Amino acid sequence: MAELIVYGIVLGSIIALGAIGLSLVYGIIRFANFAHGDLMSAGAYVALFMVTGVLSWIGVPDNTFGPISFGWRMVIAFPISMAVVAVVAILLDRIIYQKLRTKGSGPVMLAMSSLGTSFIIRMVILIIWGSDYRFYRPGLMRPALELPWGIKIRPDQILILFVVLFLVVLLHLFLKRTKMGKAMRATADNMQLALISGIDTERIILWTWGIGGALAAAGGILYGIDVQLHARMGWNFLIPLFAATILGSIGNIYGALIGGLTIGIAQQVSTAFLLPTYKIAVAFVIMILILLIRPQGIFGKE
Amino acid sequence: MIILKTEDITAGYTEVDILHDVGIRLKSGEIVSIIGPNGAGKSTLLKTIFGILKPSQGSITLKGEDITGLKPDKIVKKGISYVPQVENVFPSMTIQENLEMGAFIRKDDYSKRLDEVYNLFTVLRERKKQKVGHLSGGQRQMVAMGRALMLDPQVLLLDEPSAGLAPILVSDIFEKILEINATGVAIIIVEQNAREALKMAHHGYVLAMGRNVLDDKGEALLANEEVGRLYLGG
Repeated sequence: MAELIVYGIVLGSIIALGAIGLSLVYGIIRFANFAHGDLMSAGAYVALFMVTGVLSWIGVPDNTFGPISFGWRMVIAFPISMAVVAVVAILLDRIIYQKLRTKGSGPVMLAMSSLGTSFIIRMVILIIWGSDYRFYRPGLMRPALELPWGIKIRPDQILILFVVLFLVVLLHLFLKRTKMGKAMRATADNMQLALISGIDTERIILWTWGIGGALAAAGGILYGIDVQLHARMGWNFLIPLFAATILGSIGNIYGALIGGLTIGIAQQVSTAFLLPTYKIAVAFVIMILILLIRPQGIFGKE
Repeated sequence: MIILKTEDITAGYTEVDILHDVGIRLKSGEIVSIIGPNGAGKSTLLKTIFGILKPSQGSITLKGEDITGLKPDKIVKKGISYVPQVENVFPSMTIQENLEMGAFIRKDDYSKRLDEVYNLFTVLRERKKQKVGHLSGGQRQMVAMGRALMLDPQVLLLDEPSAGLAPILVSDIFEKILEINATGVAIIIVEQNAREALKMAHHGYVLAMGRNVLDDKGEALLANEEVGRLYLGG
C-alpha cells in the first residue's frame, strides 16, 4: 500500500502540472480547455522528436546520468519542448480562441472548439508517430531503489518529484513576486478592473497560455519518462485533470496541486482492488462526487 | 481652466442609447457632482468618459485633446482614473498588491506615491498584507480609491462611492474625497446620496432620462426648490 501511495504521488504530481495549467487558463479566460491533455501529449512527442531525432543528428551524446534513464539529450529537449508547446498554445489562442472571444462566443462554444483542437493534435501525433507505444529509451532496465517499509521507487521517479516541485515553486514565485505574475492574478480576479488599471489583458492571456502549455508539456514528458508515450496519453489524462482542477477549486493553482496529488494517489491505490484499466473511472467517480457534494471544490467559497 | 469636457454625448448599449446630448464641464481642481434619479444615465456617463462605452455621437476632450473613443487602457495613460461602483477591487490580492496594480503602467519608482496613498488611508497601511476580500465595505472602497490614485491622475471618476456603506462610513468617504480634491485632483462624482454630493461639489449637474436637466453651483442646486423636491427627497 505504501508503495502504491508513492506511485500515486508521482502520478499525482504529473497530473498536477496539467491541472495547474488548466486551472490558470480557466481562471483567466473562463472556459474548459478540452485540449489541455493533448498539449501534454504534444510536449511528450516534441521531446521524443528532439531526443531520438534532432539531438541525435547533431551528435549530442546518448548517455545516461548514473541510475537515471536519460542524459544530456533529455536535459536539452525538456525546456525546448516546453517552449515549443507554449508557442503552440499561444498560436492556438490567436488562431481560434481569440477570434471566438472577440465574436462574443460563450464558454460552451470555446470548450467545443477546444475539443476539436484536441482531436487535431491527437491526429497529428498519430499521423507522424503512429499508435504504437513509444519510449524515450527503449529496452532500458530501470531497477528500483528499495526504501524502508518495502517502498520501491525508481530514481527517475524521485527526479520527477523534484522537477515538479521546482516548476511549482518557480510558478509560485512568478505569481507572487513579479509584476507580470501579479497582473495575471489581478486579471483572473477581475478582468474589467485590470483593464481599467491599464493592464494589457490580451498580453496576460498570452502569458497564461504560454505558462499553461509549458507546464502541460513538462507533465507529458515526465509521464513519458515514468511510463511510456502514446498518442492517447494526454486524452486519457483529461478526466484526471478536470477531477483535480474541480477538486482543488477551479482557478486555484494550489488547489490544483493538492487535487492532482489526491487524484493520483486515489488512482494508484485503487489498483489494489480494481483492474488498472479502471483508473480513469476512479478519477471520474471522484469528480462526480465532488460536483454533487461540494461543486466549488475544497478551496472554494460557499 | 476646463480640464475635461463632454459635448453632446449620445451613448449607451447595443441599439439602446441611454445618454442623449449630454454635456458637462470639469474645471481643474474642482469637484463636479452628477445627481439624478435611478436610470438617469449617471454611471453610463462615467463609463463613456472612460472609454468603456463608445459614444455614437459627441466628443470628449481632456485639456483640449480629443479623447473620444479611446479604450480604457489608453485613457488611463492620459491621466484619468476610474473607480467603478461595484467589483472595484482585486479581492484575492492583498491591499498592497491592489495598489501596485493601480500603478501597473508606471515605469518609474512609485514608492513615494504609495506612501502618500497610505498617508491618506492610514488604516490601509496597517493592513497592507491582508487580502482585500476580507475587508469591510468601507475599507474596500478606500482600496478602490487608493488603486485609482496610484497613477497620480488629473481627473478621478467616482461611481457612487457611498453605495452600500453604513451612514457613519459615508461621511468618512466623503471626507476622504475632499482630501483627495485638496491635493489638486479634479473629481467627477456620481451619487445617489445627492444632498451630500452637492454639498461638497463646486458644480453640480442634474441628469434625468439621459439628458441634462439643470446645472449650477453646488450650493445653488441645494437651494433650488425644484431640485430639492424632485431629486433630494423634499
